[in-house]
Amino acid sequence: MADSGVTDGPENRDDIERAKTEGKELTKEEKQRLRKEKKQQKKNKEKKDEKASRESDKEKKSAAPASQPPTQHTAQKAPLAVPASAPVPLPASEAPVPADKPAKSKAELKAERRARQEAERASKQGKKGEVGQQAATGKAKAPPSELQPVVKRLPEHIQVDNPDVLKKLAKKLERQQIPLRSDYGYKVSLFSHLHQYSRKAPLTQQLSIPSTVIHPAIVRLGLQYSQGIVAGSNARSVALLHAFKQVIRDYTTPPKEELSRDLVNKLKPYISFLNQCRPLSASMGNAIKYIKKEISNIPSQCKEEEAKRKLLNCIECYINEKIVLAAKAIAKYSIEKISDGDVILVYGCSSLVNHILCEAFEKGRKFRVIVVDSRPRLEGREALRRLVQRGISCTYVLISAVSYILPEVSKVFLGAHALLANGYVMSRVGTSQIALVAKAFNVPVLVCCETYKFCERVQTDSFVSNELDDPDDLIVTRKGKTQLEDWQKVDSLGLLNLVYDVTPPDFVDLVITDLGMIPCTSVPVVLRVKNVDQ
Amino acid sequence: MELQAVLMAAGGGSRMTDLTYNTPKPMLPVGNKPLMWYPLNLLERVGFEEVIVITTKEVHKMMSTDPKMKLEPVKMKLDVVCIQEDGDMGTADALRHIQPKIKTDILVVSCDLITDVALHEVVDLFRAHNATLAMLMSKAHEFTETVPGQKGKKKTAEQRDFVGVDQSGKRLLFMANEADMEDGLSIRKSIMRKHPRMHIKTGLVDAHLYCLKKAVVDFLTENKSISSIRGELVPYLVRKQFSKTTNSQKNKDDVDDQNQKKNDGSMNHELLITSRDEPLLQLAQERSCWNDHHGDMSEAYHGGKMRCYVHIMDQGLCYRVNTLAAYIEANRMAPKLFEEPAVHPSAAISERCQMGSDSIIGAQCQVADKTSIKRSTIGNSTIVKEKVKVTNTIIMHGVTIEEGCNIQGSVICSNAVIGRGADLKYCLVGNGQRIEPEAERTNEVIVGTDQLMEI
Repeated sequence: MADSGVTDGPENRDDIERAKTEGKELTKEEKQRLRKEKKQQKKNKEKKDEKASRESDKEKKSAAPASQPPTQHTAQKAPLAVPASAPVPLPASEAPVPADKPAKSKAELKAERRARQEAERASKQGKKGEVGQQAATGKAKAPPSELQPVVKRLPEHIQVDNPDVLKKLAKKLERQQIPLRSDYGYKVSLFSHLHQYSRKAPLTQQLSIPSTVIHPAIVRLGLQYSQGIVAGSNARSVALLHAFKQVIRDYTTPPKEELSRDLVNKLKPYISFLNQCRPLSASMGNAIKYIKKEISNIPSQCKEEEAKRKLLNCIECYINEKIVLAAKAIAKYSIEKISDGDVILVYGCSSLVNHILCEAFEKGRKFRVIVVDSRPRLEGREALRRLVQRGISCTYVLISAVSYILPEVSKVFLGAHALLANGYVMSRVGTSQIALVAKAFNVPVLVCCETYKFCERVQTDSFVSNELDDPDDLIVTRKGKTQLEDWQKVDSLGLLNLVYDVTPPDFVDLVITDLGMIPCTSVPVVLRVKNVDQ
Repeated sequence: MELQAVLMAAGGGSRMTDLTYNTPKPMLPVGNKPLMWYPLNLLERVGFEEVIVITTKEVHKMMSTDPKMKLEPVKMKLDVVCIQEDGDMGTADALRHIQPKIKTDILVVSCDLITDVALHEVVDLFRAHNATLAMLMSKAHEFTETVPGQKGKKKTAEQRDFVGVDQSGKRLLFMANEADMEDGLSIRKSIMRKHPRMHIKTGLVDAHLYCLKKAVVDFLTENKSISSIRGELVPYLVRKQFSKTTNSQKNKDDVDDQNQKKNDGSMNHELLITSRDEPLLQLAQERSCWNDHHGDMSEAYHGGKMRCYVHIMDQGLCYRVNTLAAYIEANRMAPKLFEEPAVHPSAAISERCQMGSDSIIGAQCQVADKTSIKRSTIGNSTIVKEKVKVTNTIIMHGVTIEEGCNIQGSVICSNAVIGRGADLKYCLVGNGQRIEPEAERTNEVIVGTDQLMEI
């Protein structure tokens, strides 16, 4: 039988197997027992699945219910085909399951235990075969933690098409007294789960003018983010930490409160506000985590002045270590990789790559640079300006010409917005294209990234988690004519302005970090080491 | 605190003396509300909770005592600072006077501004670019109503303002008045090099709404020679954006320079806003891949530390009530700004009165039978007797209009009495004047004889 894997426990199994191998027909009692066990298991399975489905309806939203009904059916019919999502509801349901069985008989308890073990065994087998369903949930910790009752939630910012999530978000923002920014324009269906805002409708429209709820430094920062004045992963993190410094300076502990707890609570609405202005980057998320940890670690006996001084010092150290010194270290490593006569291709404007190239030029290396640029941001112009100002000879092309120019290129240096835990590189949209074409031409691709941008997220495609920029940026006026002016009136037309994309590790030859030069797949090791350190 | 609001209500109304010789300008009724109410309402709607009002003692008295002019719709805390009425104190002098109260950046509004601008547009420019000055301007509208007392179409010899903005229309590059330019418009080469494309506009109305950094107020206290914000301070700030000394950045011996400059008495240095975390801000700007201009080798803002921005409104209301024509136009448009009923509930209007929907009747009015009121504003406690035809007129408070009058296109000030059967066309009747019965006046300004003596 196909589902012989989930029959009885070890004792009965031996009997039945003995019976089968001996070729004897099963006795009537054995048959009855078998039938009883099967019924019992079915009941247990149903109960577990019901609980599992209830919990997963509460916890997992859009992706899970799609996979849950089929899994429910399959679980009832063929308990072996337990889908990958089972280990999650399973450990969660393990908690309530023992709770409501106070007076069941010993045999039934035994049967349940057996059934549970079989299910776990089956799920382990099922997991090997059904990795695809795992990807649908968009989030899976690398080692299957079945025994850990971890509730896995889809982050809210990628569930915009779910009205329940939107309602929850609206309630949370109302509690924090932050206005909700409304989406703008028609969203392409593949990306309808992401926010899309218009630059002409800033969040400050709904705030009171002398902003009392949100610190003025944070309002300014949010405006600068949403208008693109501060753009780029490093710049955003530094600006964020600068604003936090001002917040901490102006902060006074209210009576009967502790700084370590109250300050963290004060920062939460600010972070929501900044998130509404522009979704937070991975580097900003790591910086915020660090600050929150530092604040919570302030001992309660510490006086306010001293605590504030300590926090400001921490922020300074963080910036110095993780950004400034890291850039120096990365430049040192990269210079070894740049030789005289090189033709280096860069894409967009990465502050780190620009820094590396300027340092290498100062150290006397002879090379020339090809700057590749893309619409609508045209950030390459800024990179071009910075390099030419230093005296580096540059060529400027648009991304459509990259396969034309690649035969001349000896190396490709790319910057990164974040490095994901499965080795994928998240960077400005177009980077994966460059990496792909470079791979086709056998040109080495080197990604430069500081360790504070390493992120524990896992992503294999650019759809699940991304950022949608203002679609009106794509509209351009040439010779007085603006063709896309009335794009909203055309029903079947959608403008898509993606910001990020992910590059698979097969296309990246080397990642240069402040810890050294590592292959793309060593990112989880670095993360693990970092966690241990902290 | 982010911004402090300052309302300048000490102005004299020098360009409409016929109206203001008895009623100070901030208390002139527009749409039956005192003129001051409009900027205060704007500030309140936007979310301000406190306003510093700079005004004269007379206005302060009127604000608090006169029941007809009570500002009760305003819920904000008004911190009234009284200054002398002699008229020598300019707006910048007034700022200098209240400098101890100023703790943060300020938003200066003039009392004669009536607008429905989305204030966040101006303040966002101020915040996002860390600007020294952000101001509001509007496209000027032609006034179409006939102004009483104006003899013929006077192409006013009003001095034009030349305003230069950059490609985006937000950065203020150049501001000068025609009066200051003897032999033509001269623009510095340094500005042209940095901003090769400049749009110069002349048809703009300055709304006198400014966001200024606190450092500017401190600078004013050091430099007592500047007395008017609009006339002197703003052009000075716009010029100083491009002066050579403010652009000397990244000098390691800047600190020594600063000490020297202090002794120099050169005015640039005080305006340099150095925050405690200047190196961090610099780092963030260096790492950011944004530039406000393209095509040359300089960094964002050309490395300049001072920036002036302007928001130019092209839609919506924006009036500065400083001339009679503006006053009349504002009266016409002001009802659109608030949703109060056109007829005050305490007014007693008889049923046989023909009233147009675009007229406003104030509190405790009495309008008798067979009257016709069209496109007019009637103030509080006014008595209008039978068979009166009022068209296109502004009638202030406490006026009595006897039977059979025909008033067209006029402005009747407070406490005037129009005798029966009078026929007034395009006249301005001053405060407390009496028009004799059966009078026929056209295009005249009727004021008291004692006023005629003042020049």
